[in-house]
Amino acid sequence: QALSSPPHQVDFWRHPTSPGQPADLWVPFPGLQAVKVFLESNNISYRIMIEDVQELLDEEKKTMMKSKRINRSTSTFDYASYHTIDEIYDWMDVLVDDHPGLVSKLQIGQSYENRPLYVLKFSTGGSNRPAIWLDTGIHSREWITQATGIWTANKIAKEYGQDPSITAILDSMDIFFEIITNPDGFAFTHSSNRLWRKTRSINASSNCVGVDPNRNWDAGFGGSGSSSNPCSETYHGPYAHSEREVKSIVDFILSHGNVKSVISIHSYSQMLLFPYGYKTAPAPDHQELNELAKKAVGDLAAVYGTKYTYGSIADTIYMAAGTTVDWAYDNGVKYSFTFELRDMGRYGFLLPSSQIIPTATETWPALLDIMVHVLEHPY
Amino acid sequence: DIDGVGQKYHLELVLEDLLDKDSTVNCTAEVLYHLGNNIPPDVQFTIEGELKNAEEADNIFYNRIKSLEKELVAENIPDSHGNVSPEMEPVHLLAWVASGYVIWQNSTENTKFQLAQIKHVKQVKRSDEYLEFDYTILLHEMVSQEIIPWQMTVLWHPQHGVQVTQ
Repeated sequence: QALSSPPHQVDFWRHPTSPGQPADLWVPFPGLQAVKVFLESNNISYRIMIEDVQELLDEEKKTMMKSKRINRSTSTFDYASYHTIDEIYDWMDVLVDDHPGLVSKLQIGQSYENRPLYVLKFSTGGSNRPAIWLDTGIHSREWITQATGIWTANKIAKEYGQDPSITAILDSMDIFFEIITNPDGFAFTHSSNRLWRKTRSINASSNCVGVDPNRNWDAGFGGSGSSSNPCSETYHGPYAHSEREVKSIVDFILSHGNVKSVISIHSYSQMLLFPYGYKTAPAPDHQELNELAKKAVGDLAAVYGTKYTYGSIADTIYMAAGTTVDWAYDNGVKYSFTFELRDMGRYGFLLPSSQIIPTATETWPALLDIMVHVLEHPY
Repeated sequence: DIDGVGQKYHLELVLEDLLDKDSTVNCTAEVLYHLGNNIPPDVQFTIEGELKNAEEADNIFYNRIKSLEKELVAENIPDSHGNVSPEMEPVHLLAWVASGYVIWQNSTENTKFQLAQIKHVKQVKRSDEYLEFDYTILLHEMVSQEIIPWQMTVLWHPQHGVQVTQ
């Protein structure tokens, strides 16, 4: 009792019970000497159990902070659900933290509404190595694509050093992966209209908002398969690369100068497509691209039996002018492909989240086929 | 190509049961798209064998709805995450069937429609034996990529089938 009141201010962690039984006390530093004197003068034997409680508290706090982040680690992230833009941006930082030396995050620009345009860079070193570009979510309502992007990015990071193919690829090449290519549109699909496709840029001459970012590229711009009507879902925009979301990729790829493949991921229809969409004439590399697509869809089908068709955009889906892959191809990127993921229309854009992991899982071997081919056919 | 009339297509296809992937039925069809695209295409078809009998499930659904105290009302089927609750599954399937009719009536050689979502569905109580639902659906047109809202009134009875008024 004498000890718990001033001036000693001791805190009993184990209260005294009966004579011969121990008591544990916490002593604030200033009172330490006085307490020792008190105990000694009263013939009470003592020993120090913890020298510095604060030190222990600091250690515990650190461990708690670390475990809080481990709980947000990429191995506990729920890949089988659809996520918000903030959840995905947070996950990106965790992926970088979990794979230092392999994954970094770059910002290549800002969207119309000033959201950051983040790209994940997978690199084991070198300087401006030949690179593969991947993008998902350029059309915001195609939610299976951003979800597949997250799973795939994690897969790439996890498999480096494990899977021989991805290891060989990353030992000589870099991968750049933009998961939320149209963040304004994506935010809009969460807040207002789940079926929004375009960007959210204001059109000067119309009440209608947005440009189709996959008709805004400078490849046959304004041609058949795109619309000059701002209210249209395939509105090509006032001029090529008018959209910041598109321009930042253009600038990135051109200034990089060593991109060997562009793979742009969309949904739905279950197709693997290559140039051209803006003209019916076959691309010079049609045969090689066709053979590679055939192999890739075969390996995709081998996983769960999901059937894909393949071919040039114009032959397989429809004429489309101003697309990402046509621009890439016409700017020297030979291995330019577009995926259209599941399904065939039963759920369409509203693909159940239970299909995220199966979709990503089956798409992985197809992506690997393309990337391995790029590695083995330098140009 | 039929001069002065339009384009006729002869199709051989396989129908697959949405609810039972192993259950398939062969089908042949002839589709005539008329010149000018102002009238719906003519469709003739034959099915090899029989379509699965869904009488029991139909009756269960029919009786459940008939015995509801308050008219059924629902929105966003599937929801943003692609989920359809088990109770709403038959409502979804009915919309699929009915939208098939709407799609047929509005198809040309240059369109490819799919039902994207049921925005809103409201049951309308009837004194006769039919069930009536007012649907607002969203159709996705693949070529233009447009989302087209459509209002349809659907009448259904297990033995008498589906009727759609747009």
